[in-house]
Amino acid sequence: MRFIMIVKATKDSEAGLMPSQELLDAMAKYNEELARAGVLVAAEGLHPSSVAIRISYPEPGRKPKVVDGPFSESKELIAGFTLIEVKSKEEAIEWAMRMPDPARLSGKGKSSCVRCLKRRN
Amino acid sequence: MKESAVHRTIDGIWRIESARIIAGLARMVRDVGLAEDLAQDALIIALERWPETGIPDNPGAWLMITAKRRAIDHLRRNKLRDRKYEELGWEIDRQHEPDWDAAINDPVGDDLLRLIFTTCHPVLSAEARVALTLRLLGGLTTEEIASAFLVPEATVAQRIVRAKRTLAATHVPFELPPKAELTARVSSVLEVIYLMFNEGYAASSGGSWIRPMLCDEALRLGRVLAEITPHEPEVHGLVALMEIQSSRFRARVSQSGEPILLMDQNRALWDHLLIRRGLAAIERAERLGRAFGPYLIQALIAACHARARTSSETDWVRISALYDALSQVAPSPVVDLNHAVALSMAFGPEVGLEVVDALQQEPSLKNYHLLPSVRGDFLVKLGRKQEACEEFKRAAALARNEKERELLLSRASECAASCGETKPNN
Repeated sequence: MRFIMIVKATKDSEAGLMPSQELLDAMAKYNEELARAGVLVAAEGLHPSSVAIRISYPEPGRKPKVVDGPFSESKELIAGFTLIEVKSKEEAIEWAMRMPDPARLSGKGKSSCVRCLKRRN
Repeated sequence: MKESAVHRTIDGIWRIESARIIAGLARMVRDVGLAEDLAQDALIIALERWPETGIPDNPGAWLMITAKRRAIDHLRRNKLRDRKYEELGWEIDRQHEPDWDAAINDPVGDDLLRLIFTTCHPVLSAEARVALTLRLLGGLTTEEIASAFLVPEATVAQRIVRAKRTLAATHVPFELPPKAELTARVSSVLEVIYLMFNEGYAASSGGSWIRPMLCDEALRLGRVLAEITPHEPEVHGLVALMEIQSSRFRARVSQSGEPILLMDQNRALWDHLLIRRGLAAIERAERLGRAFGPYLIQALIAACHARARTSSETDWVRISALYDALSQVAPSPVVDLNHAVALSMAFGPEVGLEVVDALQQEPSLKNYHLLPSVRGDFLVKLGRKQEACEEFKRAAALARNEKERELLLSRASECAASCGETKPNN
């Protein structure tokens, strides 16, 4: 089964600030561990929403609306994702728990990293 | 947390940690069978304790330390007074707080690699290698392995017990193979992984067309191997082949469970992420700049299909040339049969038919359903429906997979029907 682990955007990621070296190192190590366990399918980081586009359908059946970023509702934005292929939901949870926690590493209050697990098929 | 929830969590942890733990223990006790027993002991202790104590922060290290302690008890009980025992005893007695990280520290994956080479050792039968590898490296239960191969659990259990006994009796060392043997030993490992994959991909018997668990397991093991042996081109070749073949899962079975042949598949359903991974693995292999082995060539063939946006864009001339290359490095009548198919696509069915007719007397293909099936296909294209019908019937009688048999019978009756339609007009 495939699961996606979504990292939510933060003020820092939206401002285009690079994560700390410590976090980058921890993420690199984590991704390497996923690869060596044979479960990593893809991992990507996203640009801030300032270069994003949103397409919405305000009226059913009418022309869609194309709006350029940035978008203010950072709760709805994602900063990156990791796709893994594992045997069970529990294995996915276990991997997600091991993902480096940006909040803990930067010491900035509550966690900004939400590990959302979603079944594919 | 409820006990059942804790047990499921432990399953997840076991899946991630078991191979590393068994590998680390095997290095200590120099016996893969004993290593697994010790790891299982630790797992049982965890299953008993964790529902009460909660799951420790570093569960992998906890399991490893617990198993290691059992190993030392075991070595002491057996009064093994060799140097290894003394070193280990000294280490544990002096440390009040065990070094959690060092316990599962295997930075270059050597222990894991040793374990793979051991479970895929040529002294074991192919069946035994597959079962033992799934069990020790995949962390699968005997029950799961049995259901994947549609055999009774007792059969698998016995295979595993015997395999462990053989390894012990023949004194297979828990070591990386010497350089001179490396290529041969790597191909023994690849053979096991590919056997596993194929068993899942084209389930040779039974009602289901694909048994995905075996494919997933084989692909995962292949990816692990590619990370720890990055300099072996055939490892990347096999990974590429499996990634690309896996990309077709969603497209190769219809809603009603009927198999869909490659040329008829909806290519939008292919998993393009896996195709990209497959192509990347081919590049990794090519960058090593060594001779192309059979897995890499097969991956290159699979890549030709993967790159074609529609079936009519398939580069059959290149595929024919690749089959030619494949028959040089790994000659086999089955490869010749595939070559015939490629030739017919590139240069016409009569060219393919010529090759297939030359294979008719090949003893190893006598019971191979694809020979009459392919011949039937060429005959249909040449308009020789009556003969084609006979070939499809012959193929159906030889096919071991029920779904495949149904497909062949329906092709036979299509041919028969179109003969019936055209006859009155003749």
